[in-house]
Order: sequence, then structure tokens, then C-alpha cells
Amino acid sequence: MSSVAPARSDKSEASPPSRGVADRIFSVNLRQNGIYVAFALIVALFAILTHGDLLSPENMSNVLVQNSYILILAIGMILIIIAGHIDLSVGSVVAVTGAISAVLMVNHHMAWPLAVVLTLIAGAIIGAWQGYWIAYFEIPAFIVTLAGMLVFRALTLTVLGNQGIGPFPDQVRTLANGFLPGYFGNVGLGALGGADLFTLILGVIAVVGIVGTQWRARQGRAGYGQKVEALPLFVVKMALAALVVMFIVVQLARFKNLPVVLIILTVLVLGYTLVTTRAVFGRHVYAIGGNLQAARLSGIKTKSVVFWLFVNMGVLAALAGVIFAGRLNQAGPTAGTNFELDSIAAAFIGGAAVQGGVGKVVGAITGGLIMAVINNGMSLLGAPSERVMLIKGLVLLAAVAFDIWTKRRAGASR
Amino acid sequence: MTDDAILRMSGITKTFPGVKALQDVNLVVRRGEIHAICGENGAGKSTLMKVLSGVYPHGSYEGEIHFDGELCRFSGIRDSEKHGIVIIHQELALSPYLSIAENIFLGNERVHRGLIDWNKTNADAAELLARVGLDENPVTPAMDLGVGKQQLVEIAKALSKDVRLLILDEPTAALNDSDSEHLLDLLRGLRDQGITCVIISHKLNEIKAIADSTTILRDGRTIETLDMEKDLVTEDRIISGMVGRDLSHRYPEHEPNIGEELLRIEDWTVRSPTQHERLVVSGANLMVRRGEIVGLAGLMGAGRTELAMSVFGRSYGVGITGRIYKDGKEIRVKSVRDAIRHGIAYATEDRKRYGLNLIEDIKRNISTAGLRKLAKRGWVNENEEAHVAERYRKNMNIKAPTVAAVTGKLSGGNQQKVVLSKWMFTDPDVLILDEPTRGIDVGAKYEIYSIINEMADQGKAVLVISSELPELLGICDRIYAMSAGRITGEVSRAEATPERLMQYMTRYDEEQVVS
Repeated sequence: MSSVAPARSDKSEASPPSRGVADRIFSVNLRQNGIYVAFALIVALFAILTHGDLLSPENMSNVLVQNSYILILAIGMILIIIAGHIDLSVGSVVAVTGAISAVLMVNHHMAWPLAVVLTLIAGAIIGAWQGYWIAYFEIPAFIVTLAGMLVFRALTLTVLGNQGIGPFPDQVRTLANGFLPGYFGNVGLGALGGADLFTLILGVIAVVGIVGTQWRARQGRAGYGQKVEALPLFVVKMALAALVVMFIVVQLARFKNLPVVLIILTVLVLGYTLVTTRAVFGRHVYAIGGNLQAARLSGIKTKSVVFWLFVNMGVLAALAGVIFAGRLNQAGPTAGTNFELDSIAAAFIGGAAVQGGVGKVVGAITGGLIMAVINNGMSLLGAPSERVMLIKGLVLLAAVAFDIWTKRRAGASR
Repeated sequence: MTDDAILRMSGITKTFPGVKALQDVNLVVRRGEIHAICGENGAGKSTLMKVLSGVYPHGSYEGEIHFDGELCRFSGIRDSEKHGIVIIHQELALSPYLSIAENIFLGNERVHRGLIDWNKTNADAAELLARVGLDENPVTPAMDLGVGKQQLVEIAKALSKDVRLLILDEPTAALNDSDSEHLLDLLRGLRDQGITCVIISHKLNEIKAIADSTTILRDGRTIETLDMEKDLVTEDRIISGMVGRDLSHRYPEHEPNIGEELLRIEDWTVRSPTQHERLVVSGANLMVRRGEIVGLAGLMGAGRTELAMSVFGRSYGVGITGRIYKDGKEIRVKSVRDAIRHGIAYATEDRKRYGLNLIEDIKRNISTAGLRKLAKRGWVNENEEAHVAERYRKNMNIKAPTVAAVTGKLSGGNQQKVVLSKWMFTDPDVLILDEPTRGIDVGAKYEIYSIINEMADQGKAVLVISSELPELLGICDRIYAMSAGRITGEVSRAEATPERLMQYMTRYDEEQVVS
């Protein structure tokens, strides 16, 4: 690329018009969409190595269900990391909230919806406790949540009396492990065999919804006289998205319909994506992570924003706690071990910056899925767990190194 | 060439990207004298001292340094220290948790067979402390000392390095009167012991009291060197050297349309957040009218930024007392949000640290402070946001292809326009602009001045803090001067001269003129 251009930049919008279009699209892809490209490549790699087993209906369903709680944690974690903080306690919070839900449901025979709500409130209180010390007492989040990691693990053991509590009511197990019933029966898909009609209809609705909202956003931008991407490019992107969604949906429909937890996850991803991109609160999170002092001097209530981020993390951890306990059908003393590391890794692989201010919910989910696919693909290949760990560690390092490298390259022209 | 000069710097030119900080500067310091260096902020004093002490190593500047008749090419600060040149920076560099003795011998430890000899360390330190007249135990941690005593420890540290030329950058800026007096006495004592001193100071009364000769810098050039005794130098003489430059067409024409009083600050006092006993601003009164551009002049450390930030929602300082009136009514401004709600905006002197989110684009920076105006029930209308930002980009002439350009990549002038846009979007009545043209090239400065004029023409009250006197004289309708936390003078545009302002700005004695 022509390195003498006065204002070289990575974002297409900022590029001087003199630069080649192909060059521009490439550089956009690398920095902003590199993670999605990497994900596609990793999926393709393992699909080939496992002779298609990775993408089989049953395996895809398993990967999503087995990793749902990490993905839920990753949503809360990416927000905290965008704001420039960290949360090391989520694994222990998952354990203690799972234990609380078990005590309420199993020992006290409380109705499960009430028990779940109370558990989420407990998560909020835990988050408020940590958020207070971090936001208002100004102790670094690393320290507060490190303490929390110990404290909440200890509380887990106390609540459980050092033993597992179970079994959970069926409804809670369905939340974690179950699938939607097929309301309209199956339809034949030729060579693919039978598939659940209801799931297929939901998939079509999802595709229509995605294309529709994207089209409306595009029209809205055009209406304000802003630049929009060329129509052919837009069509190609939408077609690609539709293809991916329909592929996943068809595969799931061929197995046991939609996992309940996938629906929960989808709602969370959509909701939090909206909050991070469109809500005032979300904007404040980015502003705080990008430059805390500038945010403060712009009238943003920096302390309150950070406090609520941790409350939010507590609630999401409690949700993950219930789902995880439901999945194992037991709340155990070692539940959630290393979950904090997995969710932090998901956020960073997904493009969060170590200094804060950067990151996307979808990125964190993709980061989590990258690790999930590596985990799953390697175990399908029969690789020993220590090798899986090794690869995951190196992937994390590579992702952050790549991020810093692109930034440094971009910074050199400053 | 044997003469009585210990130091000759000749033809020193130092260039930073886009700026010539020093241009053909000459400095001759005689052996055993106290030599003062004077100049406005940004005149190049500190840069010159950094060249001398090797902070900017040989090769990064042009010109020659002769020390003690020998041509020197310092590769770094340790190299210059080996020759006996020691610099004490304005911001003291003691390690707070280490003891006095440890600080004195930091990087130069008293060692016996690879281990630190604590007895010798403390004994030697005690001896040095006696030399600088500091009655403290060498094992006391540095953080337990006041600023004045820390300054003495710095000097003791310099003495431990067998200093021959001691450079002090604004040594008394943070000191009270008695500490300053003690320090000046100490410097006289050192001179009698044969140590040459170069002292940078804004306090002309001090220079007059202590210096044997004075070199004046202006805009990166040497103006003159005065022999304090022979030339019968007065403070006015120094001031005219510091400010004497022409005011040509660097400022847009402006016919002010001044209305009623809009903002009044009464009896404003602010304490330092780190040293609660120190008054950073004391008893300040000022007033700005609608459509008026008011300047706030002062040298570094005068308390201008602290005054502005404490008014802007108590963003600086502790123990703040005083009253703020807007349109004649007293208002309570306890947070930045309060300030914004009452129509007060403050554009910081340090854009990069306090003004912008450099990793975000132009539109998001412009919308930060007024985001609520773009939102309904907590949801931001991004299209409207881009529309608003685009309007500012055009009106303010921000040079970027689109409002989605990242602010970190813009030039200083364009970044400043983004900051000003951000505050204009909050629709303020009062704009406090802190060094609005710092680090901006001449062309962009003119544009910023035009924007400031436009703000005033819209009926806003504008308070401009600037360290460049010509700028204040060029754009302001009225100017306050601050010194040591007090407002020391107020002049209208008609009566303002650089000399008069500089007199107010350098006033440190008891007889304060409070307007």
C-alpha cells in the first residue's frame, strides 16, 4: 500500500478517496472483521479434519448447549472490559448462585420461577457489592474481583455444606439442556431427512428480520445523506448472513429442534448489541474506556456507569449459574472453575482492547465460539486435553498480539 | 581560548516535528555566577536546558556546547552528570517511599563488595543534608517532607554527584515565601563554594535579588544577556525583553457587541488536592458579560486552569469556597453535569488527555457531552448524530473526509475544532477555553480565533486562558491577570500592554491589587 499517504487509516470512512477500493475493503476486513474471517477458517479447518463431523446436527447442537454459559458470561465481561476493568470472580459467582438456586429449589421446594428470580437478585447484590468497591471506593477491579473469587467460592462451600445439591426440577433442566417441542411436526427435506417445521419457520423469520432491519438502517443512513455501501455488496453480505443462519437452523431442526438456551442467548445477544450500539448507557461505557478523564469532564457519571456494569455482570453470572447447575442437575462446590478465564479469553479473542474502549458483543460471542470449536474439534479428533489447552492459550496470545500489531501499524502514521 | 566562561552554547537549534523550538540560541555562563534565564511560556527555556543536560542527546540538535573549554557531545543525562552538569526539574523526581538517603544516592549507591553500605550511605547523606541546611534524619521517607524540603534533598543529591553546574528549572514555583528565601540563600552559599548555577524562573523579583546575569529568550531565540550589576537592570527592563514583539495581522478583526453581565465568580478559593494546606486559588473575583471575550493571563502555576476547572463542576481541587452567579442569580455547580445544565462549558488545555476519546470517531466525540439531546428514552438516534456532526464539520471547517474519521489521526487544529464542536453542541452560555491554540499551527490559530469571535457574536460569554500574551491582546475585550492563585490585575483592551500584564503576572509581593 502507498505508505506516503498523509492520513493512512484503517477505517474505510477515514481513508482519503485516493486509495484503491480493493485496498480499502481489505484493510477494513482485516481490522474489523478479522475475527469473523478467523472463525470461518477455524470452522472450515475442523470440518475438513473431522470429515464433516463438526457440522453434524447433533454436534452443532452440543457445541452451542455446552458453551452457552460461557457465552452468557462473555457478554457481561466484554462490557466490563470495554470500560477498562476486569472481573475475575465470575466463576465463583456462577458457583455460589448455582448453590443458592439449589438450596431454594431442592432444599426449600420453592417454585422454580420464584427461585430463579431470587437467584438473579442475589447475583445483582453480589455485583453491587463488587461494583461499590470498584466504582466508589476506587479499588482496582483486579483486586476486588480477585478477593471476590475467594470469597464467593468460600460462600459456595458454606451454602452447600461441602457437597453437591440436586436434582433440579425438570423445568430448570429444560432451560439448560432441553429443546423446544416441535409444534407443527416434521417436514421432509429430501436427502437431509426430516426436520422440525417450527424451527425452520423461526429461522426464516430470523433471516427476514435481519435483512429487514439492515435494510431499514441502510435506508435511514441514505435518507440522512450518509454514505452507504454499494447495493451489490449489501446483497452479498445479506445473502451470506442468511445462508449461515439457515444452515445452522436446518442442522438444528434435523436434530432435536432449537435448544432453549440458544433462544435465551439470542435474546441476550440482540438486547446487549442494541444497548452497546444505540443506548446512551452503552455509549457512556465506550467513552469511559476510551478516555476516563474526558468522559468525566463531559458530564458522564463515570462511577455510576461502572457500578451498574458490575451489577449487570452479577445478574448474568447468576443466570449462567442456574443454567450450569441445571445442566449438571446438581450444584457442586467446584462449579464454574476457570469460567472467568474462558470468558475473559472470549472477550479478548473477540477483539476487545487491553486498554479498554474497544469491543463488541458479537465479537465476544465469536471469540467464545472460536474456543468452543477448537475444544470440540480437537476432542473429536481425539487430541488429549493438555494439547487443547496449549492451543487455546496460543490462540489467545495470537489474537491479542494481532490486535496490538495492527494498532501499532496504524499508529505509525500518526 | 581561555576565558572566565564555564559554559558556552553556540548556535543551538532544536526542531520538533513542525516546530522550531530553538533557533540559533547562544548562552554564555561565567564561572561561579548565578545565571538566570527568562522568557514567556514556550520561549524555549526548558528545551535549552534539556539540550544542555543531554536529555536531548548530541545529534538531535544543531550547534555546539563547550563546557570548561571542552567540546561536549552528551549522549544522555548520565553523560552530562559525569561532567558535573546536574539538572533539577520542575516536577521533583524523588521516590516517595524511599528514605532521604536512598533518594540522594539513587543510581549512585554507596557500595561495599556489591552490597549497599548503609552506614556510609546514611553518614554521607547526613553530611550533605548539613551542607544544604536541612535538619532531617536521613532515614525519613521522602514523602514525609514538604515540597520545600524535597527541593533541598534534590540539591543534596546534586551535590553528591560533585556538581559543577547546577541547573534549576523553576525551583521556587511550588514553594512558599520562607522556603523560597531559604533556597535562594542556599544558592548564594553554593556560588561562594564555586558552584555555578543556572536558574529558570518566572519570578522577576527573585531574579533581581539573586542573579548575576540574565539571558532572555523569546520565541526560541536569544534576545539578550544582561549583566545585572553593570546594566542596572530593573524588572521592567526584563519584561520588555520578554514580550517585545510586534502584533501584526494574526488576529481577525472583531467588533464586540457586549451586553449584560452573564457570569460572576466571587471570592473563589480552591485548595490543592494533594497538599490541602496550599491555596491554589485564593479569593478570586471575576466577571464576564454577554458577547464579551475575557482573557485570563498568567504564568505557569498561577492557578488559571485550577480556577477554571474548579468552577466547571468542581473538576479540580478540594475545599472549594466561593459563589457563582449566572444572570445575577447564584447557582450551585457541584458536578460537571450541573455545569453543563447551567450552560457552562470548559474546553481543556490538554485535548489528548482530557478532551477527546482518541480511538473514537469525530461524530461520537462531538456528541459525548450533549448525547441526551440526540436520545429518546435512552436510545441514541445515530443518523441524527451523524447529521449534527456533519453540520459542525462544515461550519468549523474540520479537515477530515467524513465525521467517521478517528480523532486520534487529526492534526492538533482539527482536534481542537472537534473539542469546540463538542461544547458548542451542549449549547452553552459560558465557554471557558483553556489554551485554545496550544500546539496548533498559525493558520489554524486564525480559524480558532474566528470561531471564538463567532461564539461571542452569538451572545455567549467567553473566557480565554492563554499563556501567549499577544494572543490575549489580539482577541480579548478585557484581560485579568493571575499570579500565585490571586487575580492581580484587570485591564481593558484599550489600556492593555504586554508590559503592564507581565507586571501583574509576576507580582508576588504582599500588596496584591484585587480588582
